[in-house]
Amino acid sequence: MIIAFLSAVVLDSNLVWTEILQICLSCLAIASGLFFVLAGSIGVLRFPDFYTRLHAAGMTDTLGAELILIGLILQSGFTQTSLKLLMIGFFLLLTSPTATHAIAHSAHTANLKPKLGKHSFSKVQRDRS
Amino acid sequence: MHDPHVILKVISKFLVPFIALFAFYVQFHGDFGPGGGFQAGVILAAAVILYALIFGLDAAKKAFPPSWIRIGMSLGVLLYGGTGVLTWILGGDFLSYGVLAHDPTHGQHYGIIAVELGVLCSVTTVMIAIFYAFGSRQPEVNEDNW
Repeated sequence: MIIAFLSAVVLDSNLVWTEILQICLSCLAIASGLFFVLAGSIGVLRFPDFYTRLHAAGMTDTLGAELILIGLILQSGFTQTSLKLLMIGFFLLLTSPTATHAIAHSAHTANLKPKLGKHSFSKVQRDRS
Repeated sequence: MHDPHVILKVISKFLVPFIALFAFYVQFHGDFGPGGGFQAGVILAAAVILYALIFGLDAAKKAFPPSWIRIGMSLGVLLYGGTGVLTWILGGDFLSYGVLAHDPTHGQHYGIIAVELGVLCSVTTVMIAIFYAFGSRQPEVNEDNW
């Protein structure tokens, strides 16, 4: 994408500065969205238990997908496509945290205990007594 | 007063009409873009199924009565087959839409819209029928036994 952007700048000399800004911002948004999705995937693989994994997946996936969609909206400009993308982003913003909430709530209701590390509640109590 | 599912209820109450609207968008895109009766029917059934999952099967049966299912299933097949028989009567082959209007292209448009409407009716009601049949089954194992 960066190569395409650079070649566009070099080859097409009569690019308007708003178009350059558009390409820059959309590249930035898509790149940061990809970073968040990657961080979320690494978190899902490396975090120790269910709740922390769900945290990594839910939080970063919402932000990553939103940023990628914003980048795509900036790329497609003021068209019907970007209206559709905007609606996809809106519904994703509503449904993704709701799904995460439903999964976490059902796990909590089913008595799945979060894994507690060395600062666990019982150890703190034992140290105090 | 404290309801543990308040977030799910609010969000799905907001989303159900949009899912139904999207089903009709897919339906009417069927003759000149990706989409069609089957996909639209499944999406429309998914709206009812989401409502049933969140608000319970009895509320869903009040919103979409099971008596509609038989009507919808047979009406869909009737629309599909009736379009074919109509083209027979008008002098063409079975489901050759060209004879439905003076201009064959217009006739094909009308025919596809009628047939897709039949598919929408049948698929929606069959999906909801399957869900109702599974959902209203008595659990074989008691809740406390496993």
